This record gives sequence, structure tokens and C-alpha cells, in this order.
Amino acid sequence: MPEPLIEATSVTRRFGSFTAVDGVSLTVEPGEIVGLLGANGAGKTTLIRMILGLLAPTSGEVRIFGGRPSRATRARLGYVPQGLGLWNDMTVAENLDFIDGTYGGRSHLPDAVAGLSARLVGGIGLGGQRRVAFAAALGHAPQLLVLDEPTSGVDPLSRARLWDQIHEQAEAGVGVLVTTHYMQEAQQCDRLVLMSQGRAVAEGSEGDITGGVSVVAVDSPRWQEAFAPLSDAGLLTMLSGTRVRVVGASHTQVRDALGDVEAALASVGPTLEEAMAARERARGASAL
Amino acid sequence: MTWGVTDLTVTYGAVTALRSVTVSVHPGSIVAVVGGDGAGKTTLLRALAGAVRPASGSVNGPTLSHLGFMPTTAGVWRELTVDQNIDFVGASQGVSGVVLAARREELLEAAGLAAARDRAAGALSGGMRQKLAFSLAMLHRPPLLILDEPSTGVDPVSRVDLWRLISTAAAQGAAVIMATTYLDEAERASRVVVLDAGEVLLAGTPAEVLENMPGHVSVVPAPSDRKRAWRRGRTWREWSPADPPAGTPRVADLEDAVVGAALAKAAVHA
Repeated sequence: MPEPLIEATSVTRRFGSFTAVDGVSLTVEPGEIVGLLGANGAGKTTLIRMILGLLAPTSGEVRIFGGRPSRATRARLGYVPQGLGLWNDMTVAENLDFIDGTYGGRSHLPDAVAGLSARLVGGIGLGGQRRVAFAAALGHAPQLLVLDEPTSGVDPLSRARLWDQIHEQAEAGVGVLVTTHYMQEAQQCDRLVLMSQGRAVAEGSEGDITGGVSVVAVDSPRWQEAFAPLSDAGLLTMLSGTRVRVVGASHTQVRDALGDVEAALASVGPTLEEAMAARERARGASAL
Repeated sequence: MTWGVTDLTVTYGAVTALRSVTVSVHPGSIVAVVGGDGAGKTTLLRALAGAVRPASGSVNGPTLSHLGFMPTTAGVWRELTVDQNIDFVGASQGVSGVVLAARREELLEAAGLAAARDRAAGALSGGMRQKLAFSLAMLHRPPLLILDEPSTGVDPVSRVDLWRLISTAAAQGAAVIMATTYLDEAERASRVVVLDAGEVLLAGTPAEVLENMPGHVSVVPAPSDRKRAWRRGRTWREWSPADPPAGTPRVADLEDAVVGAALAKAAVHA
């Protein structure tokens, strides 16, 4: 078994009285794509900053390539921040030259951005900018990639193309840690870690994250009339086409709330985001 | 009243932002407009709101007082508190007195903002701010709601909550059109319009979009043509211009349908 690229053990980070990350353990092995999910404020960014070595844990330990995060480990990993970290008023080639000069490596422009080399980064559109940022992160042949919402705002075909590149890297043995708000993107990952209020609350496949959450689908010719009493009863109620979905409720609860509105009920599987919302609700309720 | 645009073309100088786009929005339904950055989503929404002059085609939108508009950014006044935001929009939309008081309580409750009413809007989390912006767009109960990427950058949990609010508005009879980059969200809408470079790539109910996409997409162990293939987790998908074998659906979901249709369009132009 090769050494994990990232090995975080019971990592906690406090800011004053606020605990941003609370006892989180996480590993990323070579060739593995791990997705980090969670609401804003769940602690994802703080955890990533500790992995990058930008922030020290209050307690617990982060090991990268078997050692402590440092300038040397930073040169072996590629990081694409949400803001991309490019200079808008420099050309694509100048951006890559500068970044490659910092980390070493690369002698020619990658194919994915070759046609853009003389353009100013500020003028090439978000999809192109994301390709450039990704190329910049790959310039020094990193063993580990850390990607913060890598395909936010791009069209589905461009997203598929970026993920092709991410998978190629993983197949070559690079480990990938990716945060995302796109549920389709979560399905690209080998393993998921769900964070909530600083803790890792679920881990594994999509099924492991959605497990234990039930959804009742309500079909009624009078769906507008079905929607209101369910929502008013405080149930997590959503529309899907003309079908009403009630997350984290039992058939009895749904039937009671519906009263005399005629409807057919069926148990269906939750989506990843429905499962996350149900878990947040349950945690919120238990915290009161 | 059904709102919409017919055969709409919009140009900005030499750039064609929208080409021959037709979309209708019915009361009690949600239309999701999908596409990447620069696809024309905002132009379409602004045209429907009457804020963009069409080069050709027609727009059937309500007067401003019958319209709720939620822009991509802003939509709330960051220096004002939640309550002051409601006061301000109430005054500008002519909602006052007992009606405003009742709607204020209702929207604060529905959006989960009751405990935050004295906080500056700029100090709210992204998800809370978007819920406030949506509530403000809804304050005068407009029959048409135009929402420009209400959920972009909002985390999945807040997104579910926002969708709950949007669903409620539609269930109460509003016609809703919203831009989104999240295909799972579009899959829950009544109708989907996929824009690509200013043109409609796919349109219809989510089921129709899956049935009407050109060719089909199959799951393959290894692709025969990398240009037509992409990965989904550790498996490959490949688009083919041919119809699928009898009894087999064209495509598994909206994500594959949109990628397949984009490849089909590229193949035509190649």
C-alpha cells in the first residue's frame, strides 16, 4: 500500500471561541478522487487551507506526502482556487510562464490552451479561464491536486472535458481532493466526505451519504392543493415537475398533513442534496 | 396569462446574444433556463423583463408592476437590515400598512429569516441573502417572477431551501422563469430550455428533453471515439448520432442529454 498523499488525523481548528473544523480525519490515496461536500460554513475551506499549509491546526495533525505541509510539499501539489488565481491583464502564456517559474517545470503550452496563448485572460470567458487555471496547476507535474469548485459556471460539455482531464490525472496516479456544489460532480468522485458544522458527518459512496434518508413522492391531480398543507406542516416540501417531494418524512406524516387531498404516495430515493438538507435539518433540530 | 418570447433575436453591436429563441412561461409552473457563462441566459431574462430591445421577434411580458425580478448579484441592499430592505421594497412597490405587515411576517417565517430581521443584509450568509432577495422580488405578489441564477454559489442545503420557496410561489400560481447552471435543479422544473451560444439547444419538459435529444448516449467500457466520449465517474459515456436500439432510452439524464446535444451541434458545424 503506498503512503497516503493526504493524511489528516483528528484535525481541529478554532478561531477564538469558534470551532471551524472539529476533529476531522481524511485521507487521499494516490489515484483516488475524493469529493468534499458541505454547506457554506461547514469548514471545507478551513480544512483545505490547513492541507495547503496556509493555516496550522489547533490540534490534530495534517501530513502531506508523509511530512508536514511546507514550501516543499506545496511544490508537489497543484491547487486551483475558486477565484482561479490568474492575472486578468496578462496573456495566457504570460500567466503560465509566471506560475511555472514559481514552481518549476513545463517547456511547452498544453494543447487545451494552445489556441489561447496570446489572449488576455480577462477576455477569454470563464470556461477558458478555468482551463488555463487547471493547466497552470498541472505545469509542475504535481502528485496531488486540490480543486476548489473547479467547474462552477461552465457549460456541461466544458465541465465534462475538464473532468476528462481530472480522470486522466487520477489514472496516472495523482490524488485529487475536490470541493463541489454540483451533485453531478460529486458522482465523478471515488469517495465522498460530507462536512457539517465543522465535522465530517458522513463518508463513502453516494449511497452511504443518502442512506437513512427517506423521500415520499406525492402524486395528485391537484398538486397545488397538496403542496400547501405539506409545506405548512413544517415538512421539507419541494416540487419536481408536478410531483411533490417530501424529504425526511414518513407516509403517516404526509397522509396526516394532506388531510382530504387525494394523492398517491410512493417511497423514492433521495437526491444527494435532499439527503444533505435532511441531515442539516436533523442536526439543527437536535441542537435546539 | 402566459408570458414569453417568440422567435426572439437580440444583438449587441456585432454580437448576436440570442438567435430565434422561443420560450413560454405558464402560471403555476417553473421554467429553468440552463447554459454556461455567456450562453445568453441573462439576455433572455432581461428581454422578457422589457430591459433589452429585440433586434427581431416579439416579447410578451407584464408591466413592471406585475413583474418580480431577481438579478444575479445585488437584489438586496447590503447596508440595510433585513427589515429595512422589506420597508424599502414595500415603499417602491406600493405595498404598505396591514398588507405589508402580514407579508413581512409571512416571508420572514418562510425564508427562515425571522431571527435575522435586524441584521444587515451584507452580514447574512450567501444562502440567506439569496432567500431575502427572492422574498423581496415576491413582495408585491407579481404574476411573473424572473430569477437570474438565484442558486449560483449557494450551497446545496440552502439551494434545497430556495427551491422550496420557489416551488411555493409556483404552487400559489406564479409563473416562474429562472436561470441556473445546476442541471439537477433544471430536472425538477416544469420545463427546461437549454441555451448554447445564444441558441436553443434543447427545450421541453425534462422528459421531452430526454426523448428528443439527437442520437443517443450509451455507457461504454472504453470509447471508440474520444471526441464523442466523456467520463462519468469511472465509466465512459459515448454519444452516437444514431437512434438507440428499440426499447432503450436515448439518454439517462439531463446532464448526458445536454453534453450529447452539444456534441451533436459541434458535429453539424464541423
